[in-house]
Amino acid sequence: MSTKKDILSTEEVARIARLARLEPAPDKLERYAGQLGDILEHMEILAEVDVTGVDPLYSPVEHETVFREDVAKRRATREQILSNAPQDDGAFYIVPKIV
Amino acid sequence: MSELVTLSLKDVRDKLARKEVSAREVVDACMERIEATDTELNALTRPMPEEARARAEALDAGGPDPDKPLWGVPIAVKDLICVAGVPNTCGSRILENFVPFYDAHLVSRLVDAGAIIVGKANLDEFAMGSSTETSCYGVTRNPWDTNRVPGGSSGGSAAAVSACQCYASVGTDTGGSIRLPASLCGCVGVKPTYGRVSRYGLVAYGSSLDQAGPFGRTVEDTAIMLEAMSGHDDKDSTSVDRPVEPYARLLAERGDLKGLTVGLPKEYWDEGLDPEVESVLSRSLDTLKGLGATLKEVSLPLTKYAVPTYYIIAMAEASSNLARFDGVRYGRRAEKPEDLMDLYVRSRTEGFGDEVQRRIMIGTYVLSAGYYDAYYRKAAQVRRRIRDDFLAALDGCDVLAGATSPTVAWQLGALTDDPLKMYLMDIFTLSINLAGLPGLVLPVGLGRESGMPVGLQLIGKSFDESTLFQTGHLLEQALEPIGPPAGLSG
Repeated sequence: MSTKKDILSTEEVARIARLARLEPAPDKLERYAGQLGDILEHMEILAEVDVTGVDPLYSPVEHETVFREDVAKRRATREQILSNAPQDDGAFYIVPKIV
Repeated sequence: MSELVTLSLKDVRDKLARKEVSAREVVDACMERIEATDTELNALTRPMPEEARARAEALDAGGPDPDKPLWGVPIAVKDLICVAGVPNTCGSRILENFVPFYDAHLVSRLVDAGAIIVGKANLDEFAMGSSTETSCYGVTRNPWDTNRVPGGSSGGSAAAVSACQCYASVGTDTGGSIRLPASLCGCVGVKPTYGRVSRYGLVAYGSSLDQAGPFGRTVEDTAIMLEAMSGHDDKDSTSVDRPVEPYARLLAERGDLKGLTVGLPKEYWDEGLDPEVESVLSRSLDTLKGLGATLKEVSLPLTKYAVPTYYIIAMAEASSNLARFDGVRYGRRAEKPEDLMDLYVRSRTEGFGDEVQRRIMIGTYVLSAGYYDAYYRKAAQVRRRIRDDFLAALDGCDVLAGATSPTVAWQLGALTDDPLKMYLMDIFTLSINLAGLPGLVLPVGLGRESGMPVGLQLIGKSFDESTLFQTGHLLEQALEPIGPPAGLSG
């Protein structure tokens, strides 16, 4: 069984944070590394469970995929959709220049 | 405190129907109660006095409608469930300014049934927590002892009902977030079968686990609420198209529990229970037996793996669901971003609290290349085995019974620095979400030392909420009521 030290370093937590589009301050990163290490260490006990040949269960009631006719429905106006935008020009969302 | 606010939902509804009291008078009584108690409790992120009074007056003008089972009844709604025109904050800075333009499906149904929304209820940020201490609007306090937590994440919804601010409320339960606060605040809480209530208009946390359900002061009240909010919705592809049973009417069809087998999962009783919790729960089992039920020991051998399985799946789903909060279409946006990446990163880092960031990071880690199979896929396989254990246990039983929480409500702040210990408080509730089964929690007594409420959890077969309601109702009738919260002034 691995120990939390080799599960997660501060650098590794910084990398995960970046993947998640987060950037915690250095002191928080250190705290997260310890806490995440504890949590992941606890998760390691799953290694004990034999799941040979067991299909993963992703939804508890295993719904069939629901299909409908491919018909567009207007459920909201452009104005409603833009009503919570932090920045818009009345027609589109505005974001910083990309290219 | 006005006696009006202490009535059950059913009793106030019947009074309203007989015109013994107007909807406006009932709303005024609840508002007075909210004003008297909420400074101390912080159960609501937003009381809605103007909206509620206007709606009450509109209802009064038309007169009682016998076809509307909640006509004139004040309720509260957890602040991650959309109510058109009212901020839906999820207890998070990132959504402080978000005002949905539509109602959640369950809200439309409750409003159509005549309910009046008197406030949005406080919660752990994005429903991530077991104590309602992570909201950006501050902690909610337990009405039985304001130095203790109400449980979470729907702690505001539970505290509001327990403190008589409203007659019922709605919460959501991803890993116990209705049942745990119901137990800790001494009210009834129901987590329906996954798919029973539409999730349209709920901000998603763990999509394959989340299910909305009611809180009430009696089992019958929650039956009335669940009946009103359930039903198929074509806007949620996981909402199930099957008839809703008349839960409240079916209560009268059972006079005792003869012929009913109650399974006691030994892993829920063997160890880890606080002695005062165990003693209250054991007495309630004697009552079940006295009502004619047969008790039978069963086993859920994978119980100790439920916590890691749950947190891997819930956090993986959370990291994916919360990717939508990027400062572009809604929610908080960081000031003067240098570029698009800077806009995403700063909006999210400034907007999300610590617990949410922790869960997003774990979710990102367990889904990342090289770890997906070891964590996420493995957890989904264990999940199937956990569900199979439940199906086997329920094969010879009508319901299962066990603890909701290993302890009574703990002191505020006691577990906030130890997330893992906090996660372990959900040990008895989260397997039911993994399996998609329904669960009902009702208060069965007060701890001898703490004087705090203890809730018994009943777990049923898929879509068999009726048996849970009938069992809970008969047990409730046979037990001494726990009375109103002792710790609350006003």
